[in-house]
Amino acid sequence: MTIQSSPTLSSLPAQGRSPAAYPETARKGGVRIVDAVKTYGTNNGTGVLAVDHCTFDVPAGEITVVVGPSGCGKTTLLNAIAGFHSLSSGSIYLDDQMLCGPGKLKAEPGPDRIVVFQNGALFPWKTNIENVAFGPIMQGTMTKAEAYEKARSMMADAGLRDIENDYPGETSSGVRRRVEIVRALMTDPKILLLDEPYRALDSLTKSVMHEALLEIFYKNRVTIFFITHDLEEAIFLGHRVVIMTSRPCRPKKILDIDIPHPRDYGVLTTKRFREFMDETAAAVHEEATKAFAAGEKER
Amino acid sequence: MSVATAFKTGGFAVSGDLWRGIVAIAVFLIFWETGSRSVSWFGFALPWISKIPPPVAVAQEMLTLFQDPSFWQSAFLSTWRVFEGFIAAMLIGIPLGLAMAVSRTFYGITFPVFEVLRPIPPLAWVPASIIFWPTQELSIAFVTFLGAFFTIVINVVGGAQAIDVRYFQAARSMGSSTWDIFRRIILPATLPSMAVGATVGVGITWAVVVAAEMISGGGSGAGGGLGFFIWNSYVGGSYTQIVAGMISIGVAGYLSSAALRKIGTWMTPWLAEG
Amino acid sequence: MSETAASDVRSLNAGEAMGSHTTRKQTPFSVAMYRLSLWLRSPRPYLMLIGFSLFLGFWYLAVEVWKLPRFAEMPGPTEVMREWFSENPTYGLSVFLPEYYLHIWVSTRRIAIAFFLATAIGVPLGLFLGWSQRFKQYVFPVFELLRPVPPLAWVPLAIVMFHGSETPVIFLTFLASFYATALNTMLGVESIDVSYIRAASCLGAKRWQVFRHVIVPAALPFIFTGLQISIGVAWFSLVAGEMVSGQYGLGYVINTSYTMVRYPTIIIGMATLGIVGYVTSAAIRLLGDHMMQWRTRELALGADK
Repeated sequence: MTIQSSPTLSSLPAQGRSPAAYPETARKGGVRIVDAVKTYGTNNGTGVLAVDHCTFDVPAGEITVVVGPSGCGKTTLLNAIAGFHSLSSGSIYLDDQMLCGPGKLKAEPGPDRIVVFQNGALFPWKTNIENVAFGPIMQGTMTKAEAYEKARSMMADAGLRDIENDYPGETSSGVRRRVEIVRALMTDPKILLLDEPYRALDSLTKSVMHEALLEIFYKNRVTIFFITHDLEEAIFLGHRVVIMTSRPCRPKKILDIDIPHPRDYGVLTTKRFREFMDETAAAVHEEATKAFAAGEKER
Repeated sequence: MSVATAFKTGGFAVSGDLWRGIVAIAVFLIFWETGSRSVSWFGFALPWISKIPPPVAVAQEMLTLFQDPSFWQSAFLSTWRVFEGFIAAMLIGIPLGLAMAVSRTFYGITFPVFEVLRPIPPLAWVPASIIFWPTQELSIAFVTFLGAFFTIVINVVGGAQAIDVRYFQAARSMGSSTWDIFRRIILPATLPSMAVGATVGVGITWAVVVAAEMISGGGSGAGGGLGFFIWNSYVGGSYTQIVAGMISIGVAGYLSSAALRKIGTWMTPWLAEG
Repeated sequence: MSETAASDVRSLNAGEAMGSHTTRKQTPFSVAMYRLSLWLRSPRPYLMLIGFSLFLGFWYLAVEVWKLPRFAEMPGPTEVMREWFSENPTYGLSVFLPEYYLHIWVSTRRIAIAFFLATAIGVPLGLFLGWSQRFKQYVFPVFELLRPVPPLAWVPLAIVMFHGSETPVIFLTFLASFYATALNTMLGVESIDVSYIRAASCLGAKRWQVFRHVIVPAALPFIFTGLQISIGVAWFSLVAGEMVSGQYGLGYVINTSYTMVRYPTIIIGMATLGIVGYVTSAAIRLLGDHMMQWRTRELALGADK
């Protein structure tokens, strides 16, 4: 993957979702979830149904955001794609190849589907740059020198050069999150799986994070699968928003957000944005109330 | 396995892999048996194992011992000593620990002295203890007390200090008195650490009792406790008795820890979720 | 408008980086000095003084002034001090005599051998026990079977098994230390946040790579806590072993001082044990702090607890 000079947000043509407007990196990472079911618990049948016959698509080269109340099972779906959990039934395809399905209920974790975790999983005992260079070195796809070279330039690109040699514990959580995303991108993944990555950040930092994420997306065109409970975040970031029911989750409403990319925070006050909020707020609120009544505990 | 479940189950994995554990123990016993008999079976002596009596002989010895009342007297004596020292350590250690946690001043005065005395192994106190206390029984009890005391206090202080300050703030804003706060917040919140301190402490107490018995020659006429029993067996040259004694102590120690762990779990039902 | 927003983001990044740039100037020494000055300004050192004075004062008064009956045969602090620091001690042990240091050396040497062996065997064993379910299922039951037997109960058997008087004592110490280390290491591995392991797998690390780059470093804090417990336990067993069967060493000193009615030396022995025990424990803690720079720096930047 070549490092391109970063276009400023305003220099990209605001032409909506026409593929021709974007840099020519491979459009890959499309995920198809077909009738996924997941039951947790003991084998004698008294389990908890977490995912209830979910079927939806994550289009390649786009940002798909899944919104739902806490504990509804959306993390389970992400874990199934990533290969940390197995499904009870159903199947998941990545670029038309089966990740998991009948006969192979658990996918293998791999560098084509990298996860950015809720509470951050930067290794505290390695410096930031050692973290970033970790992936290619482990896989053996680059020599140490090459990996560090690439890590340095990617971090510089993201404005993170000064904290290269610091430990994650010495930097703020917002910065850590961004380092983690750079780390994920080092291995050129097909799809980036983000599990409520900005949940623990304050809303001011969050807004900066959103723009940073979009910048990265515009540069790399990696498919993004993003989980959140924040509707505004979802509509702001996503090409497609999937609203889940409370546990057990299934898609309640799927929206294609036709607000043109590239987006910036000015989008939040546009009429179209408000229209989307109106359309979805009722649905989300309904599920949130159900989840609250059921007294669900966040897993 | 989270630390909580490990603590509850004593670290054992759940029964599905019971068979593997049994297989492992069986292999261990076979290894022991062949090692012990290596001289007669193979004609040469394996370095250390050949000197240990084989498990079968030990088992026979234990059967004999179980029918000997003086053995049970020794066992009872040791258990009684453990009990004494341990209860004393709890009775003095818990209030002291709580006082240290509650009052900064008290902590500042007592903790440094405590920390200076703590590295001194309990057994090093034995001679001083014998000089000080009138009877041998009391001197052993004192040393036993010391063994558990330090562990319990450290655990209680640690537990109390870890209480989230917001619990106090919440209580105060709801109008609780100091006594109420103590009874309803500090006490329950430190129970888990007390339980941990107790479980670890009782193990140390057993170790100290056995050691003290060996060193001070047993004391009271009835037989002098299991530690003395082992030492005596050594002096008398009965190796099977040594091992039998060791096993008995091991079992007794394990049972006391298990009992305390059960009590601990019973007292802290809110920790039941793994 | 978007352009300035983007450059704002950039400058914000630079600002954040600048913030961490200044904190990087903190060295371990300057942090230590800072904390020392804070400590001196708090009531803590003075309370400490009060505590020690009360303790020593009570001891002094009880033995030498009030002459309480229970304390009749106890040596008082002045007597002990005089003995400890005299050039010609009545009972043969003081800071001026080489014998004193010989005993310290013998005990320390035993601890060093036993502790080193216990760590070399216990840490890898603990790591595997925590890492591999299969391994744990086979090995842990046997491990747990032998654990409840207190160290000193092994003494006679150890004397029978091993030659000489040195090896049994070291074996004893090794055993106690080994158990503490292995158990704590195992619990440490089991406490590791599963996200780290998952992240490493995602990034393409194979199982052994995860073990080396994630498990071992992540377990290090727990390992060091275990080592501190382990050294304490080691001293405990060593003293016991020395009192029962050994020649030279601090435990031996205490025991023989008693049998030879040299009471002040008992206290000297105990105090020395306390000091040496504390020093070894502190040494381990410092080693741990050094090996886990990332943690000390993180903690130093955190609240002053």
